[in-house]
Amino acid sequence: MIEGMTALYIFMLSAFTGYEIISRVPVILHTPLMSGSNFVHGIVLVGAMVAMGHAHTTLELVVGFVGVALAAGNAVGGYVVTERMLEMFKSSKGGK
Amino acid sequence: MMENIIEISYFIAAILFILGLKKMSSPVTARGGIVWAGIGMLVATLITFLHPGMGNYLLMTVAIFVGGVAALWSGKKVAITDMPQMIALYNGMGGGAAGAIAAVELLRGEFHSQTFLTLAVLGALIGSVSFSGSLIAFAKLQGWLRRPMRFPGQQIFNIFVFLAAAAFGALLVTRGEFSGTIILIFFVTALAYGLLMALPIGGADMPVVISLFNALTGLAVAFEGFVLNNAAMIIAGTVVGSAGTLLTQLMARAMNRSIGNVLFSSFGSSDGGAADNVEGSMKPIDAADAGIMMAYAERVIIIPGYGMAVAQAQHKVWELAELLISRGVNVKFAIHPVAGRMPGHMNVLLAEANVPYDLLYDLDEINAAFPQTDVSLVIGANDVVNPSARTNPDSPIYGMPILNADMSHNVIVIKRGQGKGFSGVENALFFGDNTRMLYGDGQAMAGELIAAIKEL
Repeated sequence: MIEGMTALYIFMLSAFTGYEIISRVPVILHTPLMSGSNFVHGIVLVGAMVAMGHAHTTLELVVGFVGVALAAGNAVGGYVVTERMLEMFKSSKGGK
Repeated sequence: MMENIIEISYFIAAILFILGLKKMSSPVTARGGIVWAGIGMLVATLITFLHPGMGNYLLMTVAIFVGGVAALWSGKKVAITDMPQMIALYNGMGGGAAGAIAAVELLRGEFHSQTFLTLAVLGALIGSVSFSGSLIAFAKLQGWLRRPMRFPGQQIFNIFVFLAAAAFGALLVTRGEFSGTIILIFFVTALAYGLLMALPIGGADMPVVISLFNALTGLAVAFEGFVLNNAAMIIAGTVVGSAGTLLTQLMARAMNRSIGNVLFSSFGSSDGGAADNVEGSMKPIDAADAGIMMAYAERVIIIPGYGMAVAQAQHKVWELAELLISRGVNVKFAIHPVAGRMPGHMNVLLAEANVPYDLLYDLDEINAAFPQTDVSLVIGANDVVNPSARTNPDSPIYGMPILNADMSHNVIVIKRGQGKGFSGVENALFFGDNTRMLYGDGQAMAGELIAAIKEL
């Protein structure tokens, strides 16, 4: 169980990590990076699956189902769009 | 044993997410970055099926399939120019999912402590706002909602709705028992606030707002991660939350707007008429003369704007640039931070037309080069090259960083008509002595320029 100070530490360190990753990014990557981070929070799918997996009443199941479908859309859509954008970045020197 | 395997898989997924995002922050490694993050997502999702004590597997698979296929189909089909609104849509779905997780947990009502309950409610509030707000952002960029909606006392009304949502959230936290009615009212008010928050914001500011909602969704995911005791969600959500916040600030700065300004003011609602005292007249030119001018130039800078993308002219423009390069002209592309619909969007649009990214220059990199430039070709850009932003303190866009195209020896502007830019401000550049106007559709004119140069 993650709780108390441990949770706070994870939260703080993750926040710094996110800040560091972005701090030196060139403007040309702002849109793809926003799209990429949009994909990463698609991890909500994992939580939606757990919530739905533990649902008992019909109402819980319906809400859980909607949650899983939305989360899957976030993850898959985020990936496809980001991949399509990044695919187009090429250099005139022929490299990737 | 199984628990350990799951925990380790989540740990690996979290590392892959961070490394993937890190790689995505450089153009050279960016493509690998999304693949790494994708592998992390796949690992985490598959391993979650092994969670002990879960049921409903069949329906769960159906849900993943439904959401996944719909997103796959829409994501593959969408035009590159329309990508910003798709990001908004997928982001909203993530926020909605975070809200749904909280709803299921609240309905079950089994919380280990008051802290977890508070986090669940906070995550639900943020996620719901992000969900409905992102849908509005999507509808606006898609052109379904054309005008910003404003009414007297809007800000006060919005604050009232937000406080109502917060109050019902607090009621859930303090009561400790969960009536369906209160849960329902809580979600409805939270969703309503998201709508009301996004409605008055104009289309040009949407990128900043989408980025903000993106960060909010990350935060909501992290909060629900604490509730579900899921380290992958906590780490990934928090990383996106902070990275998204910084990205929002960078975007707002690139547009010379503060985030508060974007959210709570009404840009463009006043006509800003006072500053329209521009001297001189617009001088037209035809494609043949413009072609000669560029073909015999030493240095040419092309300044594309969103109008170029709307005219689908980027392929023709690159063809034109290639032709000039083959004649030994030094050609560069000057990209204003907000040249597309969001920072970096123009780069993506040009990349689609196979323009190599090392010919693209940022505002800071290229502004010093304009005085040595023979011809600046402005195509579909307006406000971002308006020298009034530099010279006229009365102008509504005064202080916005611009490309100093007016400093080059000659300026050719491809433009459909004599209208004003998005901000509604007259552009002093168009009246300059060194400026010639080439009236016509961006794609057609680029084609005529190519034809003119080929005949030389």
